[in-house]
Amino acid sequence: MAHLSLNNLEKTYGGGFKAVHGINLEVKDGEFMVLVGPSGCAKSTTLRMIAGLEDVTGGEIRIGDRIVNALQPGKRDIAMVFQNYALYPHMKVRSNLSFGLRLQRKSKAEIAKATADVARILEIEPLLDRLPKQLSGGQAQRVALGRALIKKPEVFLFDEPLSNLDAKLRASMRVRITDLHKRLKAEGMSSTVVYVTHDQTEAMTMGDRICVMQSGHIMQVATPKELYNKPANLFVATFIGSPEMNIIEGAVQGNEFHTKGQSIALDAALLARLGARPRQAALGIRPQHLRLVPEGTGLKATIRSVEFMGHEVYVHALLDGTQITVVVSAAEFEALGEGASVVHLRPDAEWVHIFDRESGQNVSLLAQG
Amino acid sequence: MTQTQTTALSAAHLAQRRQRRAARISMVLRYIILFSVGLLMLYPLIWLVGASFKTNSEIFANPGFIPKDPTAEGYIKGWETSTAYTFGRFFWNSFLIILPKTIGTAISCTMVAYGFARFEFPFKKLLFGSVIAILLLPNVVTRIPQYLLFRDLGWLDSFLPLWVPSALAGDAFFVFMLVQFLRAIPGDMEEAARVDGANSWQTLIFIVVPMLGPALISVCLFQFMWTMNDFLGPLIYISSVDKYPVSLALKLSIDTTEAFEWNRILAMSVLTILPALIVFFFSQKYFIEGISTGGVKG
Ligand SMILES: Nc1ncnc2c1ncn2[C@@H]1O[C@H](COP(=O)(O)OP(=O)(O)OP(=O)(O)O)[C@@H](O)[C@H]1O
Ligand SMILES: [Mg+2]
Repeated sequence: MAHLSLNNLEKTYGGGFKAVHGINLEVKDGEFMVLVGPSGCAKSTTLRMIAGLEDVTGGEIRIGDRIVNALQPGKRDIAMVFQNYALYPHMKVRSNLSFGLRLQRKSKAEIAKATADVARILEIEPLLDRLPKQLSGGQAQRVALGRALIKKPEVFLFDEPLSNLDAKLRASMRVRITDLHKRLKAEGMSSTVVYVTHDQTEAMTMGDRICVMQSGHIMQVATPKELYNKPANLFVATFIGSPEMNIIEGAVQGNEFHTKGQSIALDAALLARLGARPRQAALGIRPQHLRLVPEGTGLKATIRSVEFMGHEVYVHALLDGTQITVVVSAAEFEALGEGASVVHLRPDAEWVHIFDRESGQNVSLLAQG
Repeated sequence: MTQTQTTALSAAHLAQRRQRRAARISMVLRYIILFSVGLLMLYPLIWLVGASFKTNSEIFANPGFIPKDPTAEGYIKGWETSTAYTFGRFFWNSFLIILPKTIGTAISCTMVAYGFARFEFPFKKLLFGSVIAILLLPNVVTRIPQYLLFRDLGWLDSFLPLWVPSALAGDAFFVFMLVQFLRAIPGDMEEAARVDGANSWQTLIFIVVPMLGPALISVCLFQFMWTMNDFLGPLIYISSVDKYPVSLALKLSIDTTEAFEWNRILAMSVLTILPALIVFFFSQKYFIEGISTGGVKG
């Protein structure tokens, strides 16, 4: 049973480049933690430091009660699944699975049993006598997963394990991994997971909690739902969710939000939630939370283009010079009429976020905590 | 079908036939050229084999390579040599040099290359630079200092000077070749092994060496052939006839005061190149893999 904690973890690469800026993260025992962020935000670096493949240049890493900073990867009680599987090319699947156990000098019988168990769970029994080059991507991925599973580690580390698979396979592997995690947890085995991805679908569907990173800083750690509904800052707000959250610049004056040319009344509940009143503000609203209203009752925007997605329509429009997107149902869009060039929009009051433009912080969360 | 369609069709048909014929002619031409150039390159070798079965007088009288009156006399007399030893003795000597040299080269160069390719250590750049510098240095430059060194060690007239330097990764070329090969292999497998609990040595032996296989075979083959052919080294360090390797022994048959028995020399030359040929044919596949590809793919 092991929780993982990162305390003021820092990484400065040889060339003097600081990739990780003192991050603090607490992964509970049995938790599925996803690290997500844009390319180059140091997700892999962080994961590799936890694995012991990269030297820690500051702070500490604890697995359970041990500080593991100085331990070799093999001594940390972790297992890692790599993006390109990293199977040993000259070993059969069976030997790939058992390599770690053989190094530990486990008995033959024990190894055979562990291999059989893992092969059964991952349905790779028919592949045991093949070489890695005789496997498809999905099969290789399952073997890589098996190689981690067989060690019964305290912490599983995944670095974008699904990014080399096609969309369909990725979806099924996603389910497989989460199922496996639940199963381990139900069986009372240690199942703490740190999972790196840049794919927000993966993050949202798999994670118990998600840690959003940007250029070596943690932007927010929260459950998927909280992250989506209560983004702590502009970065998280625009990073999570597709299509992206609309950010409309302006200022809060009295109980109204003023954009460059228009203004809209703010809900009393929102005003109550509002902590400080930022000088330069931005109003954030997801495309799904903008309603079409009759002329004169909302913000006016000029339609630039329209994407039909089947049951929904994405309307891209320009609101006082800001590019915004509105998701409306096909029926609503029909009702606008042929050749409509403007829409009138009103945000759903409860989903409005107000951000401080300077610090990027969401100032409409404060009262709610 | 109308008239015009028919003619158009048959015209297309004709064009196709013409094309096919042109392709066939060009192929035949290509093969003739390849074959004749190949023959030209192989001619000395074929002549050598043919001539080794000729009598001494025929060698100069008959320019063709098929002996008029094949005889194994060259082989029999040649094998006996003009010394107290048979040629077998010289082969054995060569073997005693080649074996430790090749094995030592493979082991030492792998270790050095692994170090350069995968570890960070102080003065790494400088040290690797000196490996490259040695690579560019002509061999003869170091002959004299080396000779003095080995003389002081009391190694003259023994096999040691011939193989010990190489067995301690003294051949920069092989180190360089393996480093390049290793650099092309992604480090992920080794990292996976480390996570699996392997230390550096275990990673080297269980993961890196198997992946280096083709390159190592190339290294061994090169070392084998170069050592077999090395003439200067033994000439400098070996002085007693009973320690001569084949390359020196061949020269020995030329050195004797009698008129040259060319057929014996040629016969022994054939025997000398035989091991290299055999080894090469058996390991050709790996050899080519080793020098052509820079590593293991995905
Ligand atoms: N060995 C290294 N030396 C110097 N800088 C490095 C090294 N490895 C990574 N970096 C830098 O550290 C930063 C973080 O890299 P990292 O690989 O952790 O990103 P990532 O979040 O995993 O990105 P991706 O999603 O593209 O995999 C990047 O800016 C990268 O350029
Ligand atoms: Mg990465």
